[in-house]
Amino acid sequence: MSLLIRSGRVIDPANNVDAVQDVLIEHGKISRLGRHLEAPADVEVVDAKGKIVCPGFIDMHVHLREPGQEYKETVATGTRAAAAGGFTAVCCMANTSPVNDNGAVTDYILAKAKVEGLVRVYPIGAVTRNLRGEELAELAELAESGCVAFSDDGRCVMNAELYRRAMEYTLPFGAPIISHAEDSALSAGASINEGVVSTELGLPGQPAAAEDVMVARDILLAELTGAHVHIAHASTAGTVRLVRDAKARGIRVTAEVTPHHLVLTEDAVRSWDANTKMAPPLRTKRDVEALIEGLVDGTIDCIATDHAPHALSEKEGEFDRAAFGIVGLETAVAVVLDRLVRSGHLPLATLIARWSRDPARLLNLPGGTLSAGAPADVTVLDLDAETTVEPARFHSRSRNTPFGGWQLRGGPWMTVVGGTIARVAPR
Amino acid sequence: MGWTRKDLLSMRELDAGEITLLVDTAASLQEIASRDIKKVPALRGKTVVNLFYESSTRTRTSFEIAGKWLSADVINFSASGSSTTKGESFIDTAKNIAAMSPDVVVVRHSSAGAADLLARELPCSIVNAGDGAHEHPTQALLDLLTIREKKGHFDGLHVAIVGDIAHSRVARSDIHGMRKLGMTVTVAGPPTLIPPFVQELGAKVSYRLEDAIGDVDVIMMLRLQQERMTAGLIPSLREYARFWGLTLDKLARHARPDVLIMHPGPVNRGIELAPEVADGPYSVILDQVSRGVAVRMGVLLLLAGHKGGDGA
Repeated sequence: MSLLIRSGRVIDPANNVDAVQDVLIEHGKISRLGRHLEAPADVEVVDAKGKIVCPGFIDMHVHLREPGQEYKETVATGTRAAAAGGFTAVCCMANTSPVNDNGAVTDYILAKAKVEGLVRVYPIGAVTRNLRGEELAELAELAESGCVAFSDDGRCVMNAELYRRAMEYTLPFGAPIISHAEDSALSAGASINEGVVSTELGLPGQPAAAEDVMVARDILLAELTGAHVHIAHASTAGTVRLVRDAKARGIRVTAEVTPHHLVLTEDAVRSWDANTKMAPPLRTKRDVEALIEGLVDGTIDCIATDHAPHALSEKEGEFDRAAFGIVGLETAVAVVLDRLVRSGHLPLATLIARWSRDPARLLNLPGGTLSAGAPADVTVLDLDAETTVEPARFHSRSRNTPFGGWQLRGGPWMTVVGGTIARVAPR
Repeated sequence: MGWTRKDLLSMRELDAGEITLLVDTAASLQEIASRDIKKVPALRGKTVVNLFYESSTRTRTSFEIAGKWLSADVINFSASGSSTTKGESFIDTAKNIAAMSPDVVVVRHSSAGAADLLARELPCSIVNAGDGAHEHPTQALLDLLTIREKKGHFDGLHVAIVGDIAHSRVARSDIHGMRKLGMTVTVAGPPTLIPPFVQELGAKVSYRLEDAIGDVDVIMMLRLQQERMTAGLIPSLREYARFWGLTLDKLARHARPDVLIMHPGPVNRGIELAPEVADGPYSVILDQVSRGVAVRMGVLLLLAGHKGGDGA
């Protein structure tokens, strides 16, 4: 089965390509790029005139909730949401039930993904057993089973000695440690950012320093051990500054930022909508500006959604008792295209690089490029598509988004995984 | 100017005209307390539910008396002894109560935003009787009524609010209400009990009691919760009482002779307030409590009236 994507504007940052070209896909691989390619027999032709053809987008931070919390999301529903949102691959965090802290759980997730997954699924293993922060998980077995990184995401490993040992132990595996940087004492009891909004609403807040303190610690531990540390969901100007300085000093640290931390501030919490509650919390305008600057200049390596599905019952009650986190897979690309690219804050090619080439490189994943021979994972964007975010139509099992009702211009148009169009029936 | 809101959720959302209307309405109802027969038919046939998820003496009793003097049917709900102990969620309980068609639900809850949540979800009027550390608008209104009675006006008055500002819903409602009526507000306490950016709410900040009470017309002392100590916010009650407790001696040396001492209660006697101050000539603490009934009558009347009640 072959596929010919005709006449789209191909942007492939890994190869410095930005030109109107055809993309020929054969046997699940990128076969050739060029003008007016001859269609082989038996080929499905897609007219992508006026569209943007890029390497498949990789979301390196999602929660698929399977095993154990299938009422929130499953591999099947989460990967459908990913495909609908323009992603060809997702990395799923370890805070399932049971926790992905041993090879059997990794095997289960990968088996599910093989049968029910619509996009590629790369599991991330836990750093510590049961995410308790007390003893190391079986890290070598996790790596052998296919985990592409290690993280206790959702919790911060507060014991610096244990974290140091995790960094050392995993050095031979070539897979980064991903830090949920949040000092749990500084953030204890907090629902939102500490600032003028927490004062006004009387909600307990956590200071930006709760993140910065841990980012600083993890950078120092990366320097000590030589490990690659990746900072998940950067939310503060302090994190951007610390990571920028560390990179300049040659320390192996990388970082990601979520769409919601790029376009929303703590002001959104004034709505009392529990879908504005996540960890780390929405911060200030100053932080948002620093995050955008960091994303543009490469201090921040990639955009990741931190897709965190929760059932309505976990979000509809009292704000301080609501679960942390929001879904993101089906809104991320459109939100960033509309609010950052269309507004001129982020060059289109940078967005594409931060969502394909860069996560692929930092996790050593196949893909992230349209080079001949690469896996045929392709995301096609339509910059003129006008949509209104309708949570009721999400493919995700959950609806917890702060973007409901937003009118957005630009979005995913087609998702190709391994040469096959990932078709998701509209809801 | 008339009342148009369905709910009373915060002082922040009100403008000066609305606040004045609430205070005036309360003032006009005050004389009912001195009648031999304390009952007017204004809310006959109306139902008021007190939905209290947090313990309360003053506020709950005050709303109950207010409702009864206006001839409303008042039902008290408290979280203990209800389906809440069987695991029913707040929002479910509230929806079930709303299904019984009350006209007004008065809610007290430990979570900030709880009243706003009910206002969004329920068709009846909601009165916020205290939500976490967010707001407690009827307390601010009774503070304002008391101040106006004692001082005759609002404009240009200076109020010091002293103590645990960070965890106080009363402080937030007072700051908004007082600022909107042209008063100056200074908040004072150890820095660990002053919330960040409180200046952006329009308050000045002082870290020394003696400075804060020097040039003010009203001193509002706040209750210090014992758990602030275990949370590491203050070293000891002894030290707090020594530096932040208001005594006759400190008053005599630093405050104006005509200063009013207020407190939303319950008072920790001997901690934030010396008993001689709480019971002394400057204190209007019990006046606040009696004004509380008038304020809650006014609020119930305006809200039930908004829904087509027959008025006073």
